[in-house]
Amino acid sequence: MPIEVNGKTLETDEEGYLVNLDDWEPAVAEVMAKEDDLELTDEHWEIINFLREYYEEYQIAPAVRVLTKAVGKRLGKEKGNSKYLYGLFPYGPGKQACRYAGLPKPTGCV
Amino acid sequence: MSDKKQFMFLNRRAPYGTIYAWESLEVVLIAAAFEQAVSLAFVDDGVYQLVTGQDTSGIGMKNFSPTYKTLGDYEVRHIYVDKDSLESRGLTQDDLQVVPWEDWETEETVDNIVEVVDSAKLAELLEASDVVFSF
Repeated sequence: MPIEVNGKTLETDEEGYLVNLDDWEPAVAEVMAKEDDLELTDEHWEIINFLREYYEEYQIAPAVRVLTKAVGKRLGKEKGNSKYLYGLFPYGPGKQACRYAGLPKPTGCV
Repeated sequence: MSDKKQFMFLNRRAPYGTIYAWESLEVVLIAAAFEQAVSLAFVDDGVYQLVTGQDTSGIGMKNFSPTYKTLGDYEVRHIYVDKDSLESRGLTQDDLQVVPWEDWETEETVDNIVEVVDSAKLAELLEASDVVFSF
């Protein structure tokens, strides 16, 4: 199901993840969030940007357990827990935040 | 987890040319995400999977070698490399990636979980594993 972002049509897979990682721009996250009736705050962007940096470095989307720990380490313990991350991304921080960040679905996520 | 098992992933093939190395890495990530005790061993041409400075731009395949560096974050504690396989290819540990591990709660750290071992030790490790996946 393709999505419309800034006048461009971007291809996504059956679960809504971008097919081409290079298509990503911040507006992609905005469009996806709007479809989920979610307003993106600085706190959301902190996680989205973190995921993009993680992907850049390791070439994979992290499993949610790894994401949680890494967030705790880099952004502070009060953010490195499921409660905080699910509060931001109710469909699951691994799946939903990775989708907004233009990454593939995390390996091992079902 | 009470049913935690010792998983050993034995990698024998070069990183590219076949899909084995990448498939193995994906299964490693899945097993580790499900909190199993995961170790990896690299033998024969498998040792090339850990060699630094890979560039896949000429073969149209994703360069997944940076992914090994995050295995410590997935709580993988041991990566073994067969000494003879390394030496017979003119390689040393200096040619291989460094994979750090850190316990984020206790801040206990291991600078590099990659360990070169001889074949006797490797045989022992395989024997001690509950499950061996061979790729």
